[in-house]
Amino acid sequence: MPAELSAFQLVLSGDPALFAIVRLSLVVSLSAVLLAALMGIPLGAWIALTNFPGRQGAIVLLNALMGLPPVVVGLAVYLALSRSGPLGSWGLLFTPRAMIIAQTVLVAPIIAALTRQTIEDLWLEYRDELTAMNLGPLGRVAALIWDARFSLVTALLAGFGRAAAEVGAIIIVGGNIDGFTRTMTTAIALETSKGDLPLAVGLGVVLIAIVIAINALAWTARRAGERLAG
Amino acid sequence: MRAPCEELPVVFDGVSVTAGPVTILDNISLSLAAGAPTVLIGPNGSGKSTLLRIAMGLMPPSRGRVTWGGRENAPPLKRAIVFQRPAMLRRSAAANIRFALRAAGIPRAGHAARTSELLELVGLGGLADRAARRLSGGEQQRLALARALARDPAVLFLDEPTASLDPTATKAVEDIIRAVSARNIKVVMATHDLGEARRFAGDIVMLHRGRVVEAGPAASFLDTPKTAEARAFLAGELLI
Repeated sequence: MPAELSAFQLVLSGDPALFAIVRLSLVVSLSAVLLAALMGIPLGAWIALTNFPGRQGAIVLLNALMGLPPVVVGLAVYLALSRSGPLGSWGLLFTPRAMIIAQTVLVAPIIAALTRQTIEDLWLEYRDELTAMNLGPLGRVAALIWDARFSLVTALLAGFGRAAAEVGAIIIVGGNIDGFTRTMTTAIALETSKGDLPLAVGLGVVLIAIVIAINALAWTARRAGERLAG
Repeated sequence: MRAPCEELPVVFDGVSVTAGPVTILDNISLSLAAGAPTVLIGPNGSGKSTLLRIAMGLMPPSRGRVTWGGRENAPPLKRAIVFQRPAMLRRSAAANIRFALRAAGIPRAGHAARTSELLELVGLGGLADRAARRLSGGEQQRLALARALARDPAVLFLDEPTASLDPTATKAVEDIIRAVSARNIKVVMATHDLGEARRFAGDIVMLHRGRVVEAGPAASFLDTPKTAEARAFLAGELLI
């Protein structure tokens, strides 16, 4: 049987094991994007609006961190969470939480760097008006983040794309344990190396479909919002 | 009627602004007091916008000092400004005004009524829910006026409010400015349009190359200018 055909059958049959893998992938990546946004958006906005010594260096570093190799992040988180590591007592290694931590580390710089650029551009446009309105620092940040919200969605999507696609970090800290820490990407890596191509292809199709669906959803929301708010 | 406000008079005492080797304002001494509008005229680059920014308190002078009702470093509580190219927040017209009301610390309970009142005043009552950035240039200028008035200012600075508008839009904006001035709000307006200066000015301050070349009541400035620069400007010569 051609690999593609049985892959689609697998997807269409709603196999519970497959469903669990898809679900875990989404939980891990979406949680990571959420956590990374909670850190990255304020950090990016702060760098955009604050003058401090070494700011230029911080911006270069942040931009460079967007290209962090997942395996290196996985290794670093592995070392931190391993029994003898500084956070070993948390007992998180080879759990979904460890995977969320690793992907958060991977995604936070992307969201922070894109937020920094977006907020800085908007601040140039708004600076005079907001200053003339005698708005305090918190009010400024809130106004800029709110008015940049449609562009920030793009930053979140870039982060989600990165998280959903990577395998290097989560396979190291998660261990690809069947039924516990196996995600779409780690399963694809494993099944391909085992030679079970139908499952690998099926998971690949599902992964791409999900990424497209989430982007389409975000795009639609952005267009609708922009029509209302300009 | 508003009590004589602590923002006025705005007094410039030997104010200079330099940017590197360039002198933008040169030893300006000037008092903007309550009453009819003061119009700043002068060619492009004469320092009108910088003077307004200083008067608003957006930037400190390089030398000299500015006081508002006798106070230095007074926060811009009852001052408002409309920039030449106002930035519209990425929100609806009404939300732009609500934002200004919030920033001015006005209690939330009155926001809805005040917002529609201000939109009506500038003739945008029907466009409350329209995205501000989708409005035309003239509509944006009027929204910027409403947003500035949301601060309930004692003094309103206007930087060439009609510079890029057609006659219809210009008339709409000028009508609003006239209404504002009639409400006892001090208007200080920069323009390089002599006709506009004639239509509004109680006092005229003429700037050229960062200096006040002549200042005084509009009638005497327009009829019997004392300086060569003022005569040249009034005669429509190109003042460079």
